[in-house]
This record gives sequence, structure tokens and C-alpha cells, in this order.
Amino acid sequence: MNRIISPKNSQKIMKTIFWGSGIFTMFLLILVIGYILVNGLPVVNLNFIFGDPIDNGASGGIFPFIISTFYVTFVALVVATPLGVGGAVYLAEYAGENKLVKAIRFGSEILASIPSIVFGLFGFAFFVVYLNFGFSVLSGGLTLALMAMPTILRTAEVSIESVPKSYSEGSMALGASKWQTIYQVILPAAVPGIITGVILGMARAVEETAAILYTVGAALQAPVSIFDPARPLPLHLYTLATEGISMPNAYGTAAVLVILILIITIVTNTLVDRYTKKMMGR
Amino acid sequence: MPYRLEVENLNVYFGESHILNDINININNNMVTSLIGPSGCGKSTFIRTINRMNDTIPTFKKDGTVLLDGKDIYDPKVDVVDLRKRVGMVFQKPNPFPKSIFDNVAYGLRIHGLNDKDIIANKVEESLKAAALWDEVKDKLEMSAMGLSGGQQQRLCIARTIAVEPEVILMDEPCSALDPISTTKIEDLIHKLKNDYTIIIVTHNMQQATRVSKYTAFFLHGEIVESGLTDKLFMDPTDKRTEDYITGRFG
Repeated sequence: MNRIISPKNSQKIMKTIFWGSGIFTMFLLILVIGYILVNGLPVVNLNFIFGDPIDNGASGGIFPFIISTFYVTFVALVVATPLGVGGAVYLAEYAGENKLVKAIRFGSEILASIPSIVFGLFGFAFFVVYLNFGFSVLSGGLTLALMAMPTILRTAEVSIESVPKSYSEGSMALGASKWQTIYQVILPAAVPGIITGVILGMARAVEETAAILYTVGAALQAPVSIFDPARPLPLHLYTLATEGISMPNAYGTAAVLVILILIITIVTNTLVDRYTKKMMGR
Repeated sequence: MPYRLEVENLNVYFGESHILNDINININNNMVTSLIGPSGCGKSTFIRTINRMNDTIPTFKKDGTVLLDGKDIYDPKVDVVDLRKRVGMVFQKPNPFPKSIFDNVAYGLRIHGLNDKDIIANKVEESLKAAALWDEVKDKLEMSAMGLSGGQQQRLCIARTIAVEPEVILMDEPCSALDPISTTKIEDLIHKLKNDYTIIIVTHNMQQATRVSKYTAFFLHGEIVESGLTDKLFMDPTDKRTEDYITGRFG
């Protein structure tokens, strides 16, 4: 046999290439996060986190914007999670294969790939103007819900479909109705995947700027009612940077945003892990 | 004594394919009946017709009658939920729910509307004892059932089934995924359960059929070739094909 590269060597080469890609991805992540933290952390202190902004954010803190972020994201998830999970249950358990199902799936894929600025324009035209919700937490939250819903729906559908068929057979054979089976056996088993979908949807909502640009307003005070205008962190960051108000504070805001997302991801991953371990007895 | 189950001229189709062809069999009360035959001969389809699990397959069609205690189980007035409570099923691969051991057994009771905690706890204990699993799990009832061994999981599935007090228990090759020691335990359990339940067991293991069952039916290509007392069927089969199968000439 006259090979140019022996199997042993090709194995080594490929392993190095895959290892390299993995390391490179990690490196990029660390580079981006590191850059933001190095530039942003110097301005982050308790006053910055819990203080009110002064001079449009040139100095002072970002507390109203942290509140805005949580508030808008909360509204988005309260709307998108039941709709997304409900749609997923319908698609995975009730619909079977027909034209309507294909249309829903196709529709949610299209929705997931529409640029966020388009959602922003729609949200402005529909929620802000037509429904007269004004620039508000509600308009912004609903616009973000539209964006997060397809993500939640598709992830939840996949995780419901990956629940072994033997579970539902066991339940049906005991005389459970379809709904009892879905509610008490399938959904609990699919919870880790569903939560992953909600987290992905939430991450999309927390970090989104374009979709809220025309819908949420630009208030400097923390919103109280859902009809109040707000200013979530990404929007504040965008304003600080594009209007040249304060680059150090823009980095500081970015650092807080990144840390918030990291905390949310780590906490939910830990909770999901614990739940899975308990459920699967490991 | 009347038969627990009477099957008359049963034909089952999945779409165009004719799976069961003119099945006639009577199943005695509180006895074990084995169904033997090569893979794909319709044994599983047959038992899934008895608890109407085939209803979930859109292309399923049948004609003929299946009588449980003299009543047609395919009568439009029959509630499938109630039927499946009366006809329990144990599957080939142990399939406990990813819940605690206790909740697995309590599940059937709860879905049928039992709420009283003490009664549920008693029933769970009773069922686990009846399934010869209590001593092994009594100290870890809150542990996930997924952490049990395969044999323990299968006995848990039997406990789960008998908790809702069925009249008939269908077992679809319950030991095929288990090691010999677990298989022995399940067989001992079947011996114990046959006093209270009518058991129909599908098996590929002919020794198992002779060990556990009083009656045996031999399926081939969707038909029952021969059925009767297990001893007679194995010692002195009337049909040449039965003889060929049990002596290992095919299948």
C-alpha cells in the first residue's frame, strides 16, 4: 500500500485541527468578554449599578436601565413562553403531519430569521401607533415576545419530540388521557429542553436593541406601569456610544449587560442540571 | 366458568397490510396464557388490540369482536380510559417514568382521581410488595426510578400496573431485555400474580412459556396455528408447523 499519509498520521492531523477550532472558539469568547470587562469594569461600582443617571448618562448610574431590562424581558417572556410552549405541544403531540403544521413550522422559521429592525418597525406601527400603547414597556415587551416566540417554540417542540415514546405508551396503557399524559409525563420530562429554549429566547430579548429602538421609548427614570416608557441596557449602551455621551460608561453598561447574561445562564444551567439529575436518578 | 376474554373472527389491518387473520381464541380467567411464534407474526399487535393501544395508529382497522367479560371492548360506548384501567400492560423494555419510585406507582391511582395521601401510600406499598420489589426500595421511595436496575424497573412497571387493580395484565416479552436472574424473579412473580389476574404473555422463550403458562397459542403469519394446554402443545402438537417451530426447525 502506498498512501501519502498513513491513517495514524491523518488521525493526528485531524485531531489537531478539531482541537484548534475548539480552542479558537474559546479564545474568541474570552477575547470579546475580556475586552469588554477590561474596559468596562473600572467604572462599575455600587453607585454605577444602583445610581440614577446624570446628564443623560454621562455620569451617574444605570439602575433605571437595569430595571427596564428586567421589566421588558419579563413582559416578553410572560407572553412568549405560554404561546411558544403551547404551540410546541400542539405541533409535537396533536397536529400530526398536515399542511397547516408545515405552514406553522415554516412560519416560525421565517419569523426567527427576520432582522430585528423589521420587528422594531412592526412593533412601532402596530403596538405603539395602531393599538395606541405608546412608547412603553408593553410595546417593547410585546415586540420582543414576537422575536422570542419562534425560538421558544422550535426548541420546545424538539425537546417534546425527543421524550421517549415509551413514556407516553406507559402512561396511556394505565388509562391516562392524552392531556394527562402530556401534562404529567411528557412536559416534566421535556422541562430541561423547554427551559433551554426560554433562556435562548430570553437572551435574545435581553440583548436586543433594534427591536426596541422604536417601541420602548428612551426614559431616564425607571418604569413603574407597563405603559411607562423605559430604556433597557442595550438601548442605553447604543445611545451612549452613538451620541458620544460617554464611552467609558458605554463599556461599563456593556460589562453589566454581559455579567447579567452570564449570571442568568449559569444559574439556570445549574438549576436544569439539578432537575435532570433528580429526574434521572444520577 | 365463563371466559375472561373471547376473541371472535378478529382481523387487523394497518393500511393495506393484513396483520391478523381471523383470530379466534378464548382466554381463561386467572390463568397465564402464553403467545409464542416467530418475530413479526402478530403477537404484539394482538395484545395491543386487547387494550386498544393500536387506536393510536391512524391506519389501524379491525373487524371481528373482542369481548371482555362478555362485553365488546370496541363498542362505541366503551370508555378507553376505563378499558385500559381494566387491562394493564407491561412492555418489552422497562419504561418507568422519570419520576420517583413512589410517584411511578402512585401515577395510575392519581390519574384515576384518587387523592387521599394515606390510601395512595398504602396502595403503593401493597403494589410494590405484590411485585416483590418492596424490600429493595422501601428506603428510597423518593429516588428516581431511572436509577433502578433493569429488572427492578420491570418489576416497578408491574407494580405500577397492578396498582390500578386491572383484571387482565398483558405482558409483551417482559423479560427480553433482562438478565437471567431478573428473568427468574419476574417469572416467580407471574406465578404469584396468576391467582388474582388473568395474564397474557408474549414470549420468544419457549422454556419460559412452559414454565409460566397453563395455556399457549402459537402464532404464525398473523394466524393462530394451534392453541391449547401448554403441556399438550409442547409434548404432542397436532399441527406440523407447531412441531417444527417448537423443535427449532425455523423461527
